[in-house]
Amino acid sequence: MKNCLRICLSLLFAIFAVALCRGQNDQNEIVINRPVSELGNTKPVPVSIEGFSSEVTDILKFDLYVQGFTFVAPDAAQYQISGTSAGDVVGRVVDRFAKRNILSRSYNGATLRRQAHAFADDVVQAITGKKGIAQTRIAFKVQGASGNGEIYVADFDGHNAQAVTHDGTIVSAPSWVPGRSALYYNSYKLGNPDIFYHNLNTGERHVVAHYSGSNISPAASPDGSRVAMIMSRSGSPNVWVANPDGSGLRKLTSTSEDSSPCWSPDGEWICFATKIRERRVLAKVPAGGGDVQVIHTTGAPNPTEPDWSPDGKWIAFTLQAGEFDICVMPADGSAPPTILVRGEDPSWSPNSRTLIYARRTGGHYVLSLLDVYTKQVKDIRQISGSDSEPAWAK
Amino acid sequence: MKMMKLVYPMAFVLALTLATTGCRNHKPYGVTPIPNGPGGQVGDIGSGGTMGGNLPGGGQQASLSGFDNYNEDRAALANYTIHFAFDSAAIREKEQANLQAVASALSSDPSTKLTIEGNCDERGTEEYNRALGERRALAARQALAKMGIDPARVRTISYGKDKPVDAGHDESAWSQNRRDDFVLLHPKTGA
Repeated sequence: MKNCLRICLSLLFAIFAVALCRGQNDQNEIVINRPVSELGNTKPVPVSIEGFSSEVTDILKFDLYVQGFTFVAPDAAQYQISGTSAGDVVGRVVDRFAKRNILSRSYNGATLRRQAHAFADDVVQAITGKKGIAQTRIAFKVQGASGNGEIYVADFDGHNAQAVTHDGTIVSAPSWVPGRSALYYNSYKLGNPDIFYHNLNTGERHVVAHYSGSNISPAASPDGSRVAMIMSRSGSPNVWVANPDGSGLRKLTSTSEDSSPCWSPDGEWICFATKIRERRVLAKVPAGGGDVQVIHTTGAPNPTEPDWSPDGKWIAFTLQAGEFDICVMPADGSAPPTILVRGEDPSWSPNSRTLIYARRTGGHYVLSLLDVYTKQVKDIRQISGSDSEPAWAK
Repeated sequence: MKMMKLVYPMAFVLALTLATTGCRNHKPYGVTPIPNGPGGQVGDIGSGGTMGGNLPGGGQQASLSGFDNYNEDRAALANYTIHFAFDSAAIREKEQANLQAVASALSSDPSTKLTIEGNCDERGTEEYNRALGERRALAARQALAKMGIDPARVRTISYGKDKPVDAGHDESAWSQNRRDDFVLLHPKTGA
């Protein structure tokens, strides 16, 4: 009798344990593909946060808010996030509907801030199956009243900001080289708008383009092997490409009013703003040269500053029509753009969900984050002066 | 047998309890060590002042090198600044007299050169305006070429909206800021 009981118990336990643990793994593998209709229209995911210090709670709330979460009481939450931050961050996440623990982890080393960001990324991974953005970096320009400024890098929330340049001149348009600790940017240091390449580990930099006229708006290719930019040496601002050392220059367009190039994530296309048949449009040109194709932005006249999402699906851009609005549309043109919020110069997060952008207030710019699905927005920590032209490291 | 009837539900409840907590008990808290340093992507940023190597193209970057040994004279042509319509690089008829004056100054002293500085009002995005200011400067260079001024004597530079002459936020300020300034260049003595 005793044996029978023991066998029954073991068997039942094994079956339930396997079933439930498997369910948990499946949860982690869910990949959500969202349709256009959900842009700016999605309900945030209700979560509760308990047990952490106010510093860690604030960090978690910031990180999760700009990724589509909202904060409610534990009994109203879909996911209950709890833990402690006395000493180190220890956290867990319970799926209240499925009644199971989907994350349980502790962190040590560095600072509580870094531990909290790491936990936030694990929370996002556990709930959405997607990589979070809490440990990513951004670059941007900080401009004073004189018009001069410097290039900065910081955590994605604006903390731990560091000046990259100390030139006291006009700078603009930082662009990260994907996967590397290096930037391209425009600087007037040599008395002309020129393009520089700057290795952030060594501090070494070199001039990529210093030609008569404009050398502006650099954009590193996804594999880092080329840089696209706007140059006017041939008589009008056009899209050019070059190698990182400035060699191998090639003019790609002969349209008349080009600006703001960006790359498709496969490196095949360069998207830019231009004017064709007296209309301002977004267009794309094969990175190796070829015919320019219009990208129709129906309902969004005067598009500019395109940025192609790393997953290839979306193009974000600025709509200029008196005011400035952030828009997102499918990169294949299968649906018209969705106008999301006031702002300009959007740059995608590495996971193609959040945008960082600049918005005008009181005669200067501040940087904000936008979750494109819930339209939740939050300002990042600012440096004094005007902070603009953000670029998200990928 | 009576006992078995009790045992089954008991076993069920026990198994369920063990299973729900079992996952956690199987896998105790994972520990993630966080490295020091900012974000793990950017290490120490160097001085930011090291300039490596020569200019690409052996220093022969288009015609810019031909403007190295000149002094700027901002006053000489300050009265001939030309202005533009909103979001336009077209040169208006009323600006022809100022352009003619600039052309005359250059013609009267063949040793001089010219910088045209293109500027915009604040009603445009930053990089759009940087390109628009360049188009305004290039339009003036082209107009001067039609008046007989060799374009090789003229360089263009766009400041976008970074150098407004009027910091206001209304049309009277904007109309002053949409402009090309002309800066006469005299060769440095002994150069």
